[in-house]
Amino acid sequence: MDLYEYQARDLFEKHGVPVLPAAIATTADEAEAAAIKVGGKVVVKAQVKVGGRGKAGGVKLAVDPADAREKASAILGMDIKGHEVRTVMIAAAAPIESEYYLAILLDRSNRTFLVMASVAGGMEIEEVAHTAPEKLAKIPVDSNVGIDLARANEIIAAAKFPADVADQVASVLVKLWETFVSEDATLVEVNPLVKTSDGKIIALDGKVTLDDNAGFRHPDHEALVDQAAENALEAAAKAKNLNYVKLEGQVGIIGNGAGLVMSTLDVVAYAGEKFGGVRPANFLDIGGGASAQVMADGLSIILGDKDVKSVFVNVFGGITACDAVANGIVQALELLGAQATKPIVVRLDGNNVVEGRAILTAAAHPLVEQLDTMDGAANRAAELAAK
Amino acid sequence: MSIFINADSKIIVQGMTGSEGTKHTRRMLASGSKVVGGVTPGKGGQSVEIDGHNLPVFNTVGEAMAATSANVSVVFVPPKFAKAAVVDAIDAAMPLVVVITEGIPVHDSASFYAYSLTKGTTRIIGPNCPGLISPGKSNVGIIPANITGAGPIGLVSKSGTLTYQMMFELRDIGFSTAVGIGGDPVVGTTHIDCLRAFQDDPETEAIVMIGEIGGDAEERAAAFIAEYVTKPVVGYVAGFTAPEGKTMGHAGAIVSGSSGTAQGKKDALEAAGVKVGQTPSETARLLRTIMGR
Repeated sequence: MDLYEYQARDLFEKHGVPVLPAAIATTADEAEAAAIKVGGKVVVKAQVKVGGRGKAGGVKLAVDPADAREKASAILGMDIKGHEVRTVMIAAAAPIESEYYLAILLDRSNRTFLVMASVAGGMEIEEVAHTAPEKLAKIPVDSNVGIDLARANEIIAAAKFPADVADQVASVLVKLWETFVSEDATLVEVNPLVKTSDGKIIALDGKVTLDDNAGFRHPDHEALVDQAAENALEAAAKAKNLNYVKLEGQVGIIGNGAGLVMSTLDVVAYAGEKFGGVRPANFLDIGGGASAQVMADGLSIILGDKDVKSVFVNVFGGITACDAVANGIVQALELLGAQATKPIVVRLDGNNVVEGRAILTAAAHPLVEQLDTMDGAANRAAELAAK
Repeated sequence: MSIFINADSKIIVQGMTGSEGTKHTRRMLASGSKVVGGVTPGKGGQSVEIDGHNLPVFNTVGEAMAATSANVSVVFVPPKFAKAAVVDAIDAAMPLVVVITEGIPVHDSASFYAYSLTKGTTRIIGPNCPGLISPGKSNVGIIPANITGAGPIGLVSKSGTLTYQMMFELRDIGFSTAVGIGGDPVVGTTHIDCLRAFQDDPETEAIVMIGEIGGDAEERAAAFIAEYVTKPVVGYVAGFTAPEGKTMGHAGAIVSGSSGTAQGKKDALEAAGVKVGQTPSETARLLRTIMGR
């Protein structure tokens, strides 16, 4: 889960990473009140989970609370790369002397953690990483060793931070490591990490990604989920513990296993090229034990998607038995009754396939059509969606 | 021959007394695997009767190894306790640890992987993987044993169900070993580890490599193939239609920016001389053509 800037800021504060006073607002009134609370000149910052908001006009300096109200009302409701701004953060303005970059992240390639640090922070850090990689120090960190102050000092020295800030930055790095570990983050990034004109080091903007698998250790992380921003179908699927992602196409997809479902999306997209660019409407993995209820839940989510014109159920029975899947489809259609109105193409293979196909044949549901192969079924589902 | 496991592999099941552990122990035994015991801390000294096999339960992997000479462990322990289970196996210098458990926090898997490197005596496969099978010899994990038999193809895949699908497509030819390495961001064994082992395995004549979006493991594998692998390799990559920034089931199957896309992986593999299929069935056809089957 990616956090909003204000959520990252709050986590930083909790772990002793220096941040500026700030408050959030969802209306112009709240923004004015927040500016009074923060005091002095403030920066009004759009809270969206996408880069480039500064360039899009989503970050403005305000000289007083009335100005903050005005700036906030211009920013709230703005569309930044498809993300609607529903919250702004009102943060104290700081006189910036230098901008640095500091991050700890999971390095998948090397299967370890990595610190990235640079004295050339700010909006152009990705450019720096490409054109002047020597300015971005990348230092691996052993998960079982971590970053204590001595190690932080070495890293900061290797990244060539100036002597007058090195101690402060090293201390920030230790606290960032604490944040990274104790919150089960896969990314903590501070950009920019600034030196103010009075020589203080402050995390001015941050990005944090939390590991969803670690939720059992962090009951408090549940509150960080932005339910309002979730797609309604995705939220409904999540409530039923289904692994569902809404896409922009017309063929509803149900399958078992993430890899096979991703492959099914691709195969449908290829088949759809012949039918005027028909595309998959969603990703839905019903996982191992596909009970009738899970199949009914899945089908009802997909049939509730107004973009869906046909459905493709693609199951390879490994552990799952095809007869259980077939019974699931039949029972799901009984449960759904008149709600089910779209053609459903089914391809079953693997464990107990003969029994599974026989069950669907015997049920002879008018909406259900069986095909023997994944490619053939994808083709038929795309054809039906194009009608 | 085969890779990582063989007909003499002696398997212990960590978490055997749990429901998943019991279910899959039964399946492994039914497929002829030599399961010799289980580990559940606190239940040492008990035994479990599964389909006529009386299996002893131990408190630690070390005790289990001393009593049974086990050389493979398969882990069905829930995410919360999985790290402790894998660390126990590493401490006992278990040569091969196959972690089936899905949903392990990446801080835990990064930690036990780093620990395995420090100790240097354990290969980890997974986590979040279906395990591996050498049909007719040994089956460690949850791959169905009845899809196909022994043969000359080696298969390595991030995905479980795509592994089954590909074994099914090529069921008339058969497999030396099929390895599901798992789709998590940190896995103990990579495509490259498997490619090297298949290249060195005299029984493997051709290799199928299945990848999916996320990370750069396939790009690295492509570079390795160009440098080291002389046996024919065909590839398949899932996730061409996956949108950026959305997780598709596997924790690792997420595309961020330009790296990790399916197209990037396909291009890298083709540049290394690997034929890449557009669908699983086309991939199977490419392999048949190369093998003349």
